[in-house]
Amino acid sequence: MVYLLRRLAFGVLLLAGVVILNFLLIRLAPGDPAAVIAGEMGGASQEVLASIRERYGLDKPLLVQLGIYLSNVVRGDLGESYFFNRPVIDLILSRLGPTILLVMAAQLLAIVLGVFMGVLASLKPQGFLSGFVAVISTVGYAAPVFWTGMMLTILFASIFPILPVEGMSSARFRGGTFDYILNVARHLILPATTLGIIFLAQYARLARAAMIDVLGADYVRTARAKGVPESRVVFKHALRNAVLPILTVAGLQFGNLISGALLVETVFNWPGMGRLAFDSILRRDYPVLLGVLFFSAMMVVLANILTDLSYRLADPRINTEGRS
Amino acid sequence: MAYKTNFSEGCPFVTVSQAKQKQTPGTVIEMGNIAMKFSRRLLLNSALAATILAAAPALSHAQDIEPGGSVVVVSTQAPRHLNPAVQSGIATAVPGTQIFASLLKYDENWQPQPYLAESWDVAEDGLSVTITLVEGATFHDGEPITSEDVRFSIMTVRDNHPFQTMFEPVSDVETPDERTAVIKLSKPHPALLLAMSGALLPIIPEHVYGDGQDVQVHPANSAPVGSGPFRLVEFDPGRQITLERYEDFFIEGRPYLDRIVIRIVSDPSSMVLALEAGEADILPFLTASQDIRRLESGEGLAVTNRGYEGIGAINWLAFNTNKAPLDDIRVRQAIAYAIDRDFIVNALHRGVSAPQRGPIVESNPLFNENVEAYDLDLEKATALLDEAGHAPDANGTRFTLTVDYLPGTGEQQQNIAEYLRSQLPKIGIAVEVRASPDFPTWSQRISSFDFDLTMDMVFNWGDPVIGVHRTYLSSNIREGVIWSNTQQYSNDRVDELLEEAAVENDPERRKALYDEFQTIVTDELPVYNINLIPYHTAYDERLGNMPEGIWGLMQSMDEVYWIEQP
Repeated sequence: MVYLLRRLAFGVLLLAGVVILNFLLIRLAPGDPAAVIAGEMGGASQEVLASIRERYGLDKPLLVQLGIYLSNVVRGDLGESYFFNRPVIDLILSRLGPTILLVMAAQLLAIVLGVFMGVLASLKPQGFLSGFVAVISTVGYAAPVFWTGMMLTILFASIFPILPVEGMSSARFRGGTFDYILNVARHLILPATTLGIIFLAQYARLARAAMIDVLGADYVRTARAKGVPESRVVFKHALRNAVLPILTVAGLQFGNLISGALLVETVFNWPGMGRLAFDSILRRDYPVLLGVLFFSAMMVVLANILTDLSYRLADPRINTEGRS
Repeated sequence: MAYKTNFSEGCPFVTVSQAKQKQTPGTVIEMGNIAMKFSRRLLLNSALAATILAAAPALSHAQDIEPGGSVVVVSTQAPRHLNPAVQSGIATAVPGTQIFASLLKYDENWQPQPYLAESWDVAEDGLSVTITLVEGATFHDGEPITSEDVRFSIMTVRDNHPFQTMFEPVSDVETPDERTAVIKLSKPHPALLLAMSGALLPIIPEHVYGDGQDVQVHPANSAPVGSGPFRLVEFDPGRQITLERYEDFFIEGRPYLDRIVIRIVSDPSSMVLALEAGEADILPFLTASQDIRRLESGEGLAVTNRGYEGIGAINWLAFNTNKAPLDDIRVRQAIAYAIDRDFIVNALHRGVSAPQRGPIVESNPLFNENVEAYDLDLEKATALLDEAGHAPDANGTRFTLTVDYLPGTGEQQQNIAEYLRSQLPKIGIAVEVRASPDFPTWSQRISSFDFDLTMDMVFNWGDPVIGVHRTYLSSNIREGVIWSNTQQYSNDRVDELLEEAAVENDPERRKALYDEFQTIVTDELPVYNINLIPYHTAYDERLGNMPEGIWGLMQSMDEVYWIEQP
């Protein structure tokens, strides 16, 4: 418990640092949000520009703006979008679900498929399958995500039109909850695969290495000697121990997954936080951008804490109270 | 008659004219024709008075149109909100004109047509316009649309819309009864009728927007109570806008469609694929020649460039006329003579765009055909530079210029900037292309006059008073304001001509004033006009009555229907 509290406190400090740094970094980019809003309006007079700046407090000194922003964030207020005139929190909450869905689906796909491939490869480390996994892993890892995305789209949405091109659900969709879930699932396949492929490679290699290591261990030999069936030896005795490094990496990958989601969301028009962040940069919509960064930092911190906990769950030798 | 210039046939840019003939029952066609003739005759007899009878709404039931179905429109343009009264731009205009009705529509012949206004009458002295509203029109919350709402809408647009010239001369709107509004003007204002069409004057409810809140950030901008054929179901910012048929729309039987979904897609190639896969039905504002050519050959698809005459989008090269050596007219002319417009239009744009020679789009009846076209002439260009005293150095270079461009529209902007880098050295001008990472960066550079040459895309918005004057009036040299007179061009005669044309109600005299204006500015060249932005709409060819007026999809889609539902 003490451990958890300490981790949480550290997480909060980290978040505060992220917020301040982001706030200052964003303002280094040239361009004025008022000019963007005015540009969107087809040009505006200086008076209009001044009134836009005043409305959003952009006329105040930067440090004053930072102070106002921080005190608002502490009170749970992320401000209003300059562009949409809506509370940032509303925009983010409407985009949070799709991003979590995408990231989780990609993560699950990468882990399950990656571990499975790794295990298969580990059984015959010099065999064909092992080589195949190595090639797939390298290609998946090396190919730029937007390229993979475009190729998959062209293949499965254009040449063989079996999957939808864009979005999280069909624009024409009207129907019940169950149909909606099916509709979303169909739309999820390509983006989740695109995002998952990058990480699939890493899990496969990791699982392969860990399994080769574990399969050579004494207790596995003992289990085999006792006549335990091979599948049970592999998936129960060996995998349970090989899974620890995978869990650690999975937690660490969370940040990478979220940044990967930004590109995938743009390619597939997936209505998540990544697209919101991307659009907000172009619009100089500082509050939304800061809000998205704040939320993704929070998600990464949370994911790391959860990884830690699950790590301890998988290996009872690690004391969750922090002192052994 | 100036306004009767035959431009509808003179529009050679329709790449595929699969657009269907308007399908309307006989009675309405007849009524429509009477209205047309009526308006033409009035325009001929007295340019100051135009009264048009509306087709009786009760007669507009169509026998051969099967109503129903939904249409998916895809666009890269994310609207800030849905109230065109305080927001210009195509992003808000497309959904905004479905949600809100304007007083008039403008047809493909630049003629006003009745919409929420059943008739209108311009007084002899041009200082007042009387509007009669159709009977029984209601807002989406069931409240009647009255002349008070018209007054409120005009005043709101006048005081809040970025295009201040649209209703600036309006001093008051009188409302003698519920269906009559009399617009009082401080000076004649021939642009007024056009400013009452399309997205420029949405009729908004006073009982919603008149509650004392700042209308610029009014919550109802994102959750509007409209007056148009479709009501808002859901607005998911940056993602999707869902509209549904308004059952009590004031034209009976309309709209034909049950539902319009506008999906915002960030990647243009996804939009093309979505249209091909049948996930989307309409893809407007296409400009990339590759996409246009590809979709033209797409099965079951039609592609048209009609419906963009109103916005009149020009791709141009602007000069900083305040900066040597560009402050010399001869240098600007030399650059113009060195640019091969035909090469840009036919090779760089693969023939999808059309040449644009002057500041007013060539499809507009006010365009002056006799302006200097600056056909490619390198000898003349060299001679002009010599005359201006810019001798080439040992390397053959006279001077170096930078050229900026609007980021994000490669084919129209960046490619031409790159072309200039290889073309202008032929007359001894070295060119450096300066990229901007995004719009705010570019906008800041240009509006603070930190540039030599810049590519730009600027819209006419129908009447020159709205979209053209801002570029040339010396009173509009305003630092920090993009799309003002950032060229810092100043000519007293031009100022005079524009001021006169703004208040000249006689079409012929007005055309003459604009003719002279166009001659001067194409001679002095603060801006070298290159081409019309090749906006195209690709759509499922089973859609009937796609909007063909000058505003295209930025006008109500109440007549659009499925000939055969997908």
